[in-house]
Amino acid sequence: MDKVLLTRWFWWILLLPFVFAGARVVQVIWYDPSALGPDPAQALVDLFGTTALWFLCAVLFVTPARAVIGVRWLTRQRRALGVACFGYALLHWLSYAGLLLEWQWQNLGQDLLNRPYIIVGFLAGLMLLLLAGTSNNTSVRLLGRRWRILHRLVYPAALLVLVHMFWVARSDYTEVILYSVVVLLLLLYRWRYSAKST
Amino acid sequence: MKVSVGHKLGERDVTPEAVYLNRRQYLKASAVGAAALLAPTVKASLATGSADPAPLWLQTQNNQAAPSPFSSTEKLTPYEYVTGYNNFYEFGTGKDDPEKHGQDFRPHPWQITVSGLAEGTGTFDLEDLLKGLAVEERIYRLRCVEAWSMVIPWLGVPMAALLQRLKPLSSARFVSFETVYRPEEMPGQGSFFAAIDYPYIEGLRMDEAMHPLTLMATGVYGRSLPNQNGAPIRLIVPWKYGFKSIKSIRKITFTARQPQTTWQKANAREYGFYANVNPSVDHPRWSQAEERRLPSTLFASNRVPTLPFNGYADAVAGLYQGMDLTKYY
Ligand code: HEM
Repeated sequence: MDKVLLTRWFWWILLLPFVFAGARVVQVIWYDPSALGPDPAQALVDLFGTTALWFLCAVLFVTPARAVIGVRWLTRQRRALGVACFGYALLHWLSYAGLLLEWQWQNLGQDLLNRPYIIVGFLAGLMLLLLAGTSNNTSVRLLGRRWRILHRLVYPAALLVLVHMFWVARSDYTEVILYSVVVLLLLLYRWRYSAKST
Repeated sequence: MKVSVGHKLGERDVTPEAVYLNRRQYLKASAVGAAALLAPTVKASLATGSADPAPLWLQTQNNQAAPSPFSSTEKLTPYEYVTGYNNFYEFGTGKDDPEKHGQDFRPHPWQITVSGLAEGTGTFDLEDLLKGLAVEERIYRLRCVEAWSMVIPWLGVPMAALLQRLKPLSSARFVSFETVYRPEEMPGQGSFFAAIDYPYIEGLRMDEAMHPLTLMATGVYGRSLPNQNGAPIRLIVPWKYGFKSIKSIRKITFTARQPQTTWQKANAREYGFYANVNPSVDHPRWSQAEERRLPSTLFASNRVPTLPFNGYADAVAGLYQGMDLTKYY
């Protein structure tokens, strides 16, 4: 397949959850106010948070995918996956700040100071922002060797997101533990792989 | 007139809660004595449409419910949300899990085991325990610790009436409740990584349990409780966070010492024994100053200030006189 085509096709995959969420939002606004349940803002917070997490896992999956199952084309899409992860994390935050808290700055500040799960989520979000902001070719060129070091921030970001999820969970850890196992396996592989290759 | 309360039946043009409200207003307008007589037909017509699966004795008792002066006049949360958006972790962690996974649960026949400091200990059929007790309709606000709330028309018997029947001893200072344990019908109970212990346990001080507002609910929206709402019988303590109002009660125990409740055991810093709704004591994860009165819409989350004791302070604040509520949260 031609490289340009592949990339374009790939962008649609990245946008798919957004299209899905958008369709639900349209449905809620114009057709069926109950389509997202009685608490639609919370539903969007959860939907975008989960999507961001999936893309985070996908980013971490790129290297093992190449090394273990020989999927090489994903490597070229890694930065796009990372930017998508940030994009959904941003939508997650926008849904929380704009829809759930309706931009009540005082409450936003209180949450950020008092709620441990928000604090770690926020830190992870900041890291993702930094990574997404330096995901263009210019930054790669300008930062040189330091770019690779900077982008290792994705590992602490992933760990913080897991902590975020642990602190959101109420009665059951099954889902968080499943994600943690996946993320930790990916990190473990990454760690061994880079140890060998340097 | 037959009105369906089942949202799957596609009767969108007739919003059931609107009809319900009209009927209630009509009832209020009519003479008191007549209202009590008329009440059954209203509930019955609602219940028939949704094919109430409860045994006839329970349907009959629920259908005879009389409106209560303790009822709120606020706008009701629609039936489809009251029965489709639940925290009942025995059936899963998602808000729609209880409705989805609750359908294999078999709440009948049902027995309750009473033990501890009471004369009336033993195992009883639910029918015998409730026999002769007058069911009332109570429209209460329900405030979840997650900072959302609903307004729900429960059917039930005052807890005091039920407990008096069990003749607690004067040494009984607390009463605890236990949810049924049936992992084969309740998938959440079988979870390997559950963060709370099952069976679920809750408790009240005796004077809280005997308070006139405390209800043993047997129905909602004119029908018996759907599984996801805690069939066949559950606690409703409207001035406390929702998790106190334990569902599908299988055991009642009278004790002298304060029972250790499920959430306290899981996380004592976050969940206290009292769990009175209190806007000035935050939960570590949620500010409790406000609540979203559901349903909220995408661009209007319908926030309202949270009131001390969920707005029931006049009736219940006296129970806690002299207690430091930031310490006994
Ligand atoms: C400023 C940053 C962030 C804020 C304020 C925030 C806020 C929230 C809130 C309010 C919830 C719902 C909690 C509840 O159910 O009560 C949540 C859940 C969640 N968040 Fe975040 N978050 C942030 C960053 C992130 C990031 C960076 C990610 C992932 C990349 C993430 C992933 C998730 C996930 C997966 C959930 C669980 C969703 C579910 O329960 O289905 N969050 N977050």
